[in-house]
Amino acid sequence: MNNPVALSTPEDGTVAASRRAAVLGIGARAALGVLLPLVLALGWEIAVGAGWASGRLLPPPSRIGAALWALAASGELWMHVEATLIRVGLGFAFGAGAGILAGALTATLPLLRWLVDPSLQALRAVPSLAWVPLFILWFGILETPKVALIAVGVFFPVYIGVAGAIASVDRKLVEVGRIFRLSKPALARRILLPAVLPATLTALRTGLGLGFLFVVAAELMGASEGLGYLLLDGQQFSKPDQILAAIISFAVVGKAADALLVALTAPLVRWQDTARETL
Amino acid sequence: MLTIQSLAKTYTDGTRALEGIDLAVQSAEIVALIGGSGCGKTTLLRLIAGLDRPSAGRISLDGEPITRPHPGVGLVFQEPRLLPWLDVADNVGFGIHNLPKSERAERVAHALERVGLAEHAHRWPRELSGGQQQRVSIARAFVANPRVLLLDEPFSALDAFTRKDLHRHLLALWEEVRPTVLIVTHDVAEAVALADRAIVMRPRPGRLDDTVALSMRRPRDPAAPASEAAARTVLAALDRSLRPHEPSRAPQLAGGSSF
Repeated sequence: MNNPVALSTPEDGTVAASRRAAVLGIGARAALGVLLPLVLALGWEIAVGAGWASGRLLPPPSRIGAALWALAASGELWMHVEATLIRVGLGFAFGAGAGILAGALTATLPLLRWLVDPSLQALRAVPSLAWVPLFILWFGILETPKVALIAVGVFFPVYIGVAGAIASVDRKLVEVGRIFRLSKPALARRILLPAVLPATLTALRTGLGLGFLFVVAAELMGASEGLGYLLLDGQQFSKPDQILAAIISFAVVGKAADALLVALTAPLVRWQDTARETL
Repeated sequence: MLTIQSLAKTYTDGTRALEGIDLAVQSAEIVALIGGSGCGKTTLLRLIAGLDRPSAGRISLDGEPITRPHPGVGLVFQEPRLLPWLDVADNVGFGIHNLPKSERAERVAHALERVGLAEHAHRWPRELSGGQQQRVSIARAFVANPRVLLLDEPFSALDAFTRKDLHRHLLALWEEVRPTVLIVTHDVAEAVALADRAIVMRPRPGRLDDTVALSMRRPRDPAAPASEAAARTVLAALDRSLRPHEPSRAPQLAGGSSF
């Protein structure tokens, strides 16, 4: 206490040590993580190559790779990825925007909460796919019902997450703002907003994941492009390699979108005291 | 001067937290409010800070009534309550956001210097120890140059060594700005180390019971006979306050070795 220098030195030492351990750990863990799928893929490749299995319904990795390559080389893959990403992007933007707005309003205005929240909770109990027939009747079969379905899927986790985050803001921190006589807008900007940010970002990630879930459902119901269409096309024309190529594309695109969201928002929550650094 | 007249606070559940509080604190005086738990010490501080409204009575600072948080009144909470998304310097400067940037930076740097945390200005609050965090929160209250500084058991969660160190930092800051200080404590030694006057409170409902004047010169040595005598007087008053149905006694003088 009297000697902060002496205090900080051993701390720095442990931080450096744990960082070194973490860097080593990340490499080893990543290697361990890809080991299992790699062994399985290699084993299947050998089994089909040696004629122990036909590989008709589950093609070996080389055939999936070839299918993926062919789709990419013809430019077809990019068209499908683009169509899917536009749908998810639009649905996510509408759903998340509405979710944040509704969550913020109901959490801060009790009257509105009593009025609206029960209805929203009831609607949340409806499986989102149940809306599909109605959306098709209302919006036709083009892009609108697809984007609407994705938006509905994204809306609820974001709404619940944001409303919950605002409701659980620490009263003690709000009092710090009151002691320094912050106005209502300043209180919202300088205390509420940063306080709810981490939970909001988690809700957005959940929402984005659901967006990808619902884009598949939407595209399976009738589309002429998109990764979901590629799945359906593969089923109808018995092309399991194309189905698996589409599944892999979904995994890559979904993970990339999530990583992008995390990377874009990471600077906002750098202050968080979580276990992330030590994991 | 901080004036409190026939102040009362009854909570909505019927708890009478405070009743008939009359108190006048001179400018630059340090007053310790001491008492067992549940005697309304924190409630009184929150009323003076303007965080809660009294049920009856009035509080005024230099003639101005206090009905909500007042620019002349600063409060240090029992916990540091630092904002985790701001670094140490931004936490200290939180309440003087309206000042020009250069002046703000200057005052923040000076306050951090005063509490011995200048080299930690750009750390996150979570990287500091409990005592360091509480020093940041004291600096945050001081940079706003309050006329009255309220401290609500600010050192109760800290060990004895850290507490003594923080007393030193607090007195150094007080020497510089000389605000009126009201410190709530349940630690007799803390009252004797810091205050010009210790006011003992009595529970159910919370009232001011007894006043002990502490007129020893600063810096004070807790082991000096005058300090020990004062601590015994405060302790005796505290004991009486916890005994029911005894008429409170007239204010008395302790640590009589003043010059």
